[in-house]
Formats: sequence, structure tokens, C-alpha cells
Amino acid sequence: MPAEPGAGRAETLRALLPALALAAMLALIVYLQPRAMSYNGMRLLLNFSLPLIFAALAQLCVIAASDIDLGLGAFIGLVNSLSALLLATRPLLGALAMLACVLAYAGMGAFIAVRRLPSIVVTLGASFVWLGLALLVLPTPGGSAPEWLAALVRLKPPLLPLPVVFAIALAAFGHWFFMRSSYGVVLRGIGGAPQAVARAGWSLLAGRAALYGLAGVFGCLAGLLLTGLNTTGDANFGAPYTLLSIAAVIVGGGEFTGGIVAPVGAVLGAFIMLLTGSLLSFMDVSTDWQLSVQGAILIVVLGTRALQRQAAA
Amino acid sequence: MKTLRIAALAAAFGIAGSIGGMARAADTGVATGDTAGKKIALSNSYAGNSWRQQMLKTWNRATADAIAAHLIKQTKVVNANASAPEQANQIESLIVEGWDAIVINAASPTALNGVIQEACDQHIVVVVFDGLATAPCAYKVAYDYTSMGKMEADFVGKHLDGKGNVLEVRGIAGVSVDDDIHKGIIEGFAADPGIKLAGSVHGNWTQTIAQREVASVLPSLPPINAVVTQGGDGWGTYEAFKAAGRPTPLIIFGNRQDELALWHDLLKADPKYDTFSASSAPGCASVAFWVAQQVLAGKTVPKMITLPLPVIHAADLDAWLKVMPPGSVATPVYTQAWTAQVIDANAAGVAPPASPIAKAGDM
Repeated sequence: MPAEPGAGRAETLRALLPALALAAMLALIVYLQPRAMSYNGMRLLLNFSLPLIFAALAQLCVIAASDIDLGLGAFIGLVNSLSALLLATRPLLGALAMLACVLAYAGMGAFIAVRRLPSIVVTLGASFVWLGLALLVLPTPGGSAPEWLAALVRLKPPLLPLPVVFAIALAAFGHWFFMRSSYGVVLRGIGGAPQAVARAGWSLLAGRAALYGLAGVFGCLAGLLLTGLNTTGDANFGAPYTLLSIAAVIVGGGEFTGGIVAPVGAVLGAFIMLLTGSLLSFMDVSTDWQLSVQGAILIVVLGTRALQRQAAA
Repeated sequence: MKTLRIAALAAAFGIAGSIGGMARAADTGVATGDTAGKKIALSNSYAGNSWRQQMLKTWNRATADAIAAHLIKQTKVVNANASAPEQANQIESLIVEGWDAIVINAASPTALNGVIQEACDQHIVVVVFDGLATAPCAYKVAYDYTSMGKMEADFVGKHLDGKGNVLEVRGIAGVSVDDDIHKGIIEGFAADPGIKLAGSVHGNWTQTIAQREVASVLPSLPPINAVVTQGGDGWGTYEAFKAAGRPTPLIIFGNRQDELALWHDLLKADPKYDTFSASSAPGCASVAFWVAQQVLAGKTVPKMITLPLPVIHAADLDAWLKVMPPGSVATPVYTQAWTAQVIDANAAGVAPPASPIAKAGDM
């Protein structure tokens, strides 16, 4: 908790902004399309947020280390391809492949820490490795989702639709781990003040590997949920998730540097990014504008923050 | 035709609206159930090439006609950026918006099946075309590409008297359309043991790529008597032969304006230059639209509808060229009446009517 009252207000604003933005978007959507208000309407609108909220959390792990992951989308595509190809027919081999994917991610984090390489280069390079592997195992779209996975994403829990349940659980876990648990604070310290963390006796190498390993776990889950939703695999399905996940973290209150992240905000940010498409559709604006609008949101958010900092200084 | 008269009578008394969903013009012909209040949306997987742009244009033409004739109330086009998850998400928005029918050019044969099923469960009519999806509840409007390949092989076999060397220019590897046309060609040539497939390249349905690929294999090939193609590659093939100083073989064309213009020039130089041109038509979007409208109007429609490919012979060449702007693909905007005939032919299991010649302004 920041001691300075001015900074405290900025912190609260930073945490509240994504929540307010999402509430405004939802209000506009319900105003334009009252049908969206129902359980079923919400479920349909938010269904595809399932992979995105996990992708956002994965990206958040990397951004917490003041790194950036440009290979996440391709990685999700790889998991999507592997799981569609293996999990239904050879579950054991499929599970091993998932484990290997997570270990590869942790290894990538260790590699970046040991060689002190810029993450942007390593993850961009890795993205081609993920895409290549995905195309190698699944040259043309195909495969099928295991029955339990397809059934999972079709679940209709009482009261709240599945994506909302997942989002609440994930936001709660992320908040507890990164903001409340002691190792979470250490991990954020790797991005914020690495020397201090090292001086306190924590291994930067282990920390970065843990962050990337956790990103691998979340990325894997995102890929699995994508397989469940699409019931099939495609090496290119994951591609949009790189930029969407970065945008979700930033819109949700994260910063590119300094280990400043907000898990709850990132989950809200994922919803904001996803709902831009539906909102445009309900407003009868051509969906060709979706990418531009998502980009504009990002610029507005970063611009406001820069202005805030200027005003504070 | 009795039902038609009853429907007309009902309309005269102003009660057509109340029995709209039930009215049906016998078992054949255009169903006349009231669809004036219906809304039909198009979910398109990709809009970034000229074929797709023309496809969207035919959709807009057909829907504008339908709205003017009070056959539907509203339409909308939603484009995904060649991304199946994005398209699935967009279709889920369309379901929430309560469209009566959703017409889909799918980004993946299987990835949209879940959301298509979701739409069917909400009693939304789903029609897929061009890029098909395998969901069983969707109506599928498709071309028989195998028969296109076979037609090419038969024509070449007859023209060469069953003897000669043939070069095959294929499409994009791994796409089902390419496999199907290729299969038809192989099947067709099986009847002509004297025909030898001397070579095969992938021209990716793109003139410049076809030209480069054909040019690179030509030096290794014996004299070529004929080239079978898949569309969008005939002009490039001709250029490659010309640049290599080889005599122009019989090239099957693929309905692109540049190919038809070239054929016109070849005919002027040699009136005996005999070939034909065939390709899928972007206008299949207008067929898919009318299929959706007819289902809403109460017509019994089979789940699988095979469309005839527009085939252009020398006799129709001038008529086509007159209405085609440069860079276009030959396509009519199909009408409700023609679509009903195609549906009936498919239901009866007989050959559908031939694709009509386009009118001015269709492209």
C-alpha cells in the first residue's frame, strides 16, 4: 500500500478505471440489445473470453517481470494443435505434450535470465518455433477436442454463466498470488527492483523461470479452452491472442515496466477487448473497425496515464 | 398450384401475415410465405481479396432487391479477419441480436460447428456456403469441384483425340477445393490412357504465381498440348508459354476477366482456338441468401444443395466480356426464382439449371 495520499488516489483510479469502463460498455450493450441481459445472452457474448482471460493472465506473468511475450498467440496455437491431435485419442501422450509445453516456457524464462537477453527478441523468435511445431504436428486444420473438454466449455452453472465464474475465480487467484502472497511480491519485485530482490537473497533466475512457467500454465489452459470451444485444432487460431493479451493487461492497469500489474484489472481488460466486437456489431458499425477500435482504446489508456503522470509531477 | 391460390386469397384478405410461416407454393417453385419482417445476416470469414469483395457485392445486390420487394426487413454483413475464433464470437453476437437466419462463409470446416449448433438450437436458420462447415443442422450450398475437374479432363481428352501431353496447374496445397478439382482431373484422364500428365505445379489461383511456377518447370517438359487449370491461373500460364517461346497450348480458362480477354484475342488470331472457361462464382452468396429466405418462407429445402458452376463457351464469350469490368470474376447475381429451381433440382436429384449469363452491373 502506497503511503503518499496523492499516489494512493492514482492507484485507486488505476484499479477502478477498467471496472468503470467495462460497466459503461455493458450498460451500452444492454441498452442497445436488451436480450444480452439474460443468462444465455451473457453466456453467448462472453463465451470466447474463456481463452482470452487465461491468455491475459499468462501475459501478466511475463509483464510482471518487465518483459513482454510476443510468442503467446503462437504458443496458444501450438497447444490448440497438440491438444486437438493427441488429447482425444492418446490422452497420456497429450498430457505429456502439455507438460513439455509448460517446461519449455519455464526454460525460456531461465534462458532470458541467464543470458540477460531482451525478452522481446527471445519471445518473438520463439513464436516462430511454436508456429513451426504446430504446423509440423497439424499441417492442415483438424483433430478433435476430447469429450470432457468440449463438455466443460458447454457447462451451464446456476446463476452465473461459465465465463463469469472462471473470470471471478481467476481474478481472485491472481490477486491473492501476486498481491497478497509473499512469493508473489518477490516475483513482482523482479520486474520492479531486481537488485533489491537479489540482495534479499532470492534467485532472479528461479523467479523468472517461475513467472514464465506460470505463463506457460495459463497459456496451456488458454489453448485447451480454445480447443474445447472450437472442437478442432488450427495452428493459426492462436495468433490474435498475442496482441489481445498485451492490450488486456495494459488496459487493466498494468505497465510495460516496473513490475506493475493488476490481475483483477487484466481479467476486466480481457472482457473489454472481447466486447468491443459485440458492441460495434450492436451499434451497426462495420466489424472492420474492430482492430482500430481496440488499438484506439489502448492508445487512449496509455495517453491518459501519461497525462496523469505529468499532472502528478 | 392450389395452395398458391389459397395463399393469394389469404393475402387478399390481409391475413397472410398470421399464416406466413405456413404458406407454401406446392412442393416446387418459389415459396411465398411471408418473410417481410425477417432479418438475414451474413457472417463472412474474410473480405481481403477481389473474389470476396465481389461476393459481398452480390450479397448487397440480392439483399437490396429483397428489401425493396418487401421479402426481408433487414440485413447486415460481419467480416472476420480470417480468424475462426473471431468469427465464432461474431456469430454469437448475431445470435444475441436475434437474426432469423445467419448465412456463413466459414473460416474453418469444423471450428464453427459449436456456435452453429447453438444458433440452430435457438431456431435460427443457418446456411453455409463456399467455405463450408460440417455442422449437420446447417444448410450447405456448395460447388461440385470434382465434376469441374472431370469436365476439363473430358474436354481435353476429346480435343486431343485421346493422345498428348498435359500440364496441370493446381491451386493452394491443402485446400479441399484443390484436392477435389485434382481428383476430378485424374478420374477424367483415367478414361484416356493416351493422355500423359507431364507435369503439375501449384499456381495458388494467382496469375503471377502461376506464371512463375509454370515458367520454372517448362524447360524440363516435353511439348505440351494442353493445360488444365483451376481459375485465376490461365493468363499467367499463357504468359509463361509465350516467354519461353513455346506454341500456345489448349488452356482451360477460369472465368477471370483477364483470361476471357486473352481468349478473345487468341480467337481473333486463330478462330479455331477451342477451349472453355469455368470457375466458382462469387454470386453463390446471393444463392445462399435466397436459400435462407426460402427456408424462412416455408420451402422444404434439402440440407445439401449443389450449385452448377458457371461455364463459358466461345459462343457466350462476347456477352460476358461486355458486362465484366477489368479485374472481375464472372458471376451473375442469382435470383430467387433461379435459386428455387436449383433447390427443386437438388431435392429431385436431377441436374440443376445452367448458371445464367450476368446482366450489366452484376459485377
